[in-house]
Amino acid sequence: MMRINLVLLAALIACALSLVTSRHEARRLFVELERGESRAHQYETEYGQLQLEQSTWGMPARVEKIAREKGRMQLPPSTRIEVVDIGKGGGAP
Amino acid sequence: MRGTASARATMSLPALPRARAPILFGVLALLFAILVGRTFYLQWVDNDFLQERGAARFSREIELPAHRGQIVDRFGEALAISTPVKSLWTFPGQFEATPADRTALARVLETTPQRLSARISAAGEDFTVLARQIAPETAARAMALKIKGLNEQTEYRRYYPAGEVTAQIVGFTGDQDHGQEGIELAQQEWLGGKMGSRRVIINRRGDVVEDIASVRAPQAGRDLALSIDSRLQYLAFRELNAAVERHKAKAGGLVIVDARSGEILALANLPTYNPNARNKTARERMRNRALTDVFEPGSTMKPFTIAVAMEAGKVRPDSVIHTEGGTLTIGRATIHDAHPAGPLTVEQVIQKSSNVGAAKIALSLPAETLWKMLSDTGFGTAPHTGFPGEVAGRLRPAKTWRPIEQATMSYGHGLSVNLVQLVRAYSIFASDGELKPVTLFKTDSPVAGRPVISARTARAVRHMLELATQPGGTAPKAQVAGYRVAGKTGTARKLEGHAYTAKYVASFVGFAPASDPRLIVAVMLDEPSGGSYYGGDVAGPVFSDVTGAALRLLGVPTDAPVDNVILPPPGSEIHEET
Repeated sequence: MMRINLVLLAALIACALSLVTSRHEARRLFVELERGESRAHQYETEYGQLQLEQSTWGMPARVEKIAREKGRMQLPPSTRIEVVDIGKGGGAP
Repeated sequence: MRGTASARATMSLPALPRARAPILFGVLALLFAILVGRTFYLQWVDNDFLQERGAARFSREIELPAHRGQIVDRFGEALAISTPVKSLWTFPGQFEATPADRTALARVLETTPQRLSARISAAGEDFTVLARQIAPETAARAMALKIKGLNEQTEYRRYYPAGEVTAQIVGFTGDQDHGQEGIELAQQEWLGGKMGSRRVIINRRGDVVEDIASVRAPQAGRDLALSIDSRLQYLAFRELNAAVERHKAKAGGLVIVDARSGEILALANLPTYNPNARNKTARERMRNRALTDVFEPGSTMKPFTIAVAMEAGKVRPDSVIHTEGGTLTIGRATIHDAHPAGPLTVEQVIQKSSNVGAAKIALSLPAETLWKMLSDTGFGTAPHTGFPGEVAGRLRPAKTWRPIEQATMSYGHGLSVNLVQLVRAYSIFASDGELKPVTLFKTDSPVAGRPVISARTARAVRHMLELATQPGGTAPKAQVAGYRVAGKTGTARKLEGHAYTAKYVASFVGFAPASDPRLIVAVMLDEPSGGSYYGGDVAGPVFSDVTGAALRLLGVPTDAPVDNVILPPPGSEIHEET
């Protein structure tokens, strides 16, 4: 009787300790998961911002403004557009 | 020893009153009963409240914000995009910052310490926002100062990279990221995300330690692809803007539709507004006029009159119509041609845009026939593009038509349309008689149209419309180098109340290339007041510029010699009807 009790006590202590360690392990992993998730969120945010940036920088209105002001270019009026026919044979002369 | 002392005390004191012990017992019993009662109350009656308060010490409900879907153009270019921003807030009572801290914070927030202090003291004891919707990096730098009482909060802000160019189509969101106008409103269900939440245990530093209830994951909104082509949209906006300025028009609209799929590739409206900074924008600038406003179309209606008469077998393209020297009297009203001509063929009625010719053709038909054709072509019914607030225009039932009304309707008065409806109606000439549904959303599979007129009639009218853009027609300025174009001008007096005024709506609707139409383009300018007000003068050149550039951009093969544009000598008058 006494022996069984001792065995059970030992088992109980072992279980209790393993509970403590697994609990600790769970928390540690959870923190890691949290960190990973927040990093994922951060990247997502950054991706959104980059998309926005790309869209904003690439808007035709902005491109034209820069071409006009910095590149000193302009869109020719239709009367000054010359359409050339490269002929049936194709290729430039 | 103890016994002796107590015995001595008992002996030295007088006897106690007999009632004392029971009273004391009663009092103690009562106090005990109160304690038991209190325990019972706390444990069973008030339990929920206390449990909650207890949980509040270590657990938190965290809201998980959901991302609103993007609105993109047909190539995936973002037109509306949400990005997280931060707001910094504090309770002034809890705000503990040294003067050095304040200076540092002011520098981060790009303000002065004085202004910052003024802001905090002005709030009294209330919750005050120190910086609204700032970049996350800026907020991170502010939080890095570790000022006690300074808090941050994440919000989503909607940005519209294309700004005023697509403002009326895309619309905007208001409070809590909810769509308020345009596609943002119409597609709220699709775009809007569902907020999630999770209940967690936190430690004393405020870090999340563990989830204690099942996580309700946030559902992000879905992305939405419009049929708009950003490049064409900008082109349309740019040219329309230039034309509105040049002709001092009150408003303007331009629509480009893919003739094969019915997709709206560009839809520009003026006046417009900047959806990224719209604090003081007047409501009327936000209207998508091409869909929500109607106007009397004028001569752009004539091709439909001709088409229905040809379908009914009343006329052929070469039938001769006597234009009666430019006037036609019906009852008490008289219809005038601005430039009287002799007998005209049906082709020439379109080419020269003769009101009398169109009216005579219309009067040769039963009202019911004309009505049915116009109704089949979509007049009087909303275009169903998926845009909120689009209007149907007005087409009165045939039974109520008087002869004069039937006559004026043949050249576009006495009925009203919006610009998109007009573009959709022209799809019957751009295809072989099929009315294509128009849409603002990207479609991948080809859409079937509904046949309205025969292919033969459609081709015949297409040829007449091509004549109208050639010398001798009303719109030589609508020609495009390298492409055959077809179209019709409209110059309509505006109806205000019950009288026609001296204000005009100039329009041009056409398509190109005429040999195999790819684009249908409609231009409308409201009240041009810089000299000319004729559709051919005002709207025609806009059509030419936009269509030419658009066809080149899309790489559509040319179908005409490159020197096809023959403009009449400068100064010569272009005949145009009103």
